[in-house]
Amino acid sequence: MNDQVANPQAPSQEEAAALRPAVDVIEDAGGITLLADLPGVPKEALDIRVDGDTLTLEAQISLPLPEGMEPHHVEVDLPRYRRRFGLSKELDAEQITAELTHGVLKVRIPKAEHAQPRKIAVAVA
Amino acid sequence: MIYRSLLPRDLFAEFERLQNELDRTIGFSPSIRGAAQRYPALNVGSTPAAVEIYAFVPGMDPDRLEVQIEKGVLTLSGERTAAPSPEQAMMHIGERFTGRFRRVVSLPDDIDAGAVTAQYRDGVLHVRVPRREAAQPRRIAIQ
Repeated sequence: MNDQVANPQAPSQEEAAALRPAVDVIEDAGGITLLADLPGVPKEALDIRVDGDTLTLEAQISLPLPEGMEPHHVEVDLPRYRRRFGLSKELDAEQITAELTHGVLKVRIPKAEHAQPRKIAVAVA
Repeated sequence: MIYRSLLPRDLFAEFERLQNELDRTIGFSPSIRGAAQRYPALNVGSTPAAVEIYAFVPGMDPDRLEVQIEKGVLTLSGERTAAPSPEQAMMHIGERFTGRFRRVVSLPDDIDAGAVTAQYRDGVLHVRVPRREAAQPRRIAIQ
């Protein structure tokens, strides 16, 4: 799994500016777990896509704001998040599962059956 | 959301934004106390009726978030713990904040500290600090 910097997938020119969410990527024997911080994103505003070997996360921030509010101090200054990752061959994109809880997205990408580690018994001759 | 184009031309806010961008792009922190590592991100706005504070603090148990007002200063604090990793797991990217955090916002004088409400939704803590009745603009009828 490579980050988008290492794997530029030529995003289209018209793509709207987006925040880059902080992520953790953890690999274990069975697959990869991706955690992404997406505060302000409800489940229905989240879009996870696999296109070829690229995984794209895109999400809209949806916060009800009081009418006529004047901003004084702004650190989150764009209404969406986006990030892409390159998937490697042994990952099974068909089996991806995702859940969103309190603004944290957890994506699980299992390794294909044949790619799971196997311990080879060494026979003594 | 509060977007870039709607930013008031507030010089201080603008300077801070530039500073943040600089921190992110060249990795230079003007302060050794690490102003670049501010967590959680905050947006603050106001209406004639209240000051609205939004803290982007995902993945928290709401019971472990603390909101305090003392002498006109609002303090948000808490701790974000890392999820336990399975055995023999390897971390490839580790950017998400963990540990204790604390941020402060100084409030205007006309607030009503007794009527503060806080709500946690989709990983955003929204604190609403109403202004005192007397401070709100009122139309005076002319006799």
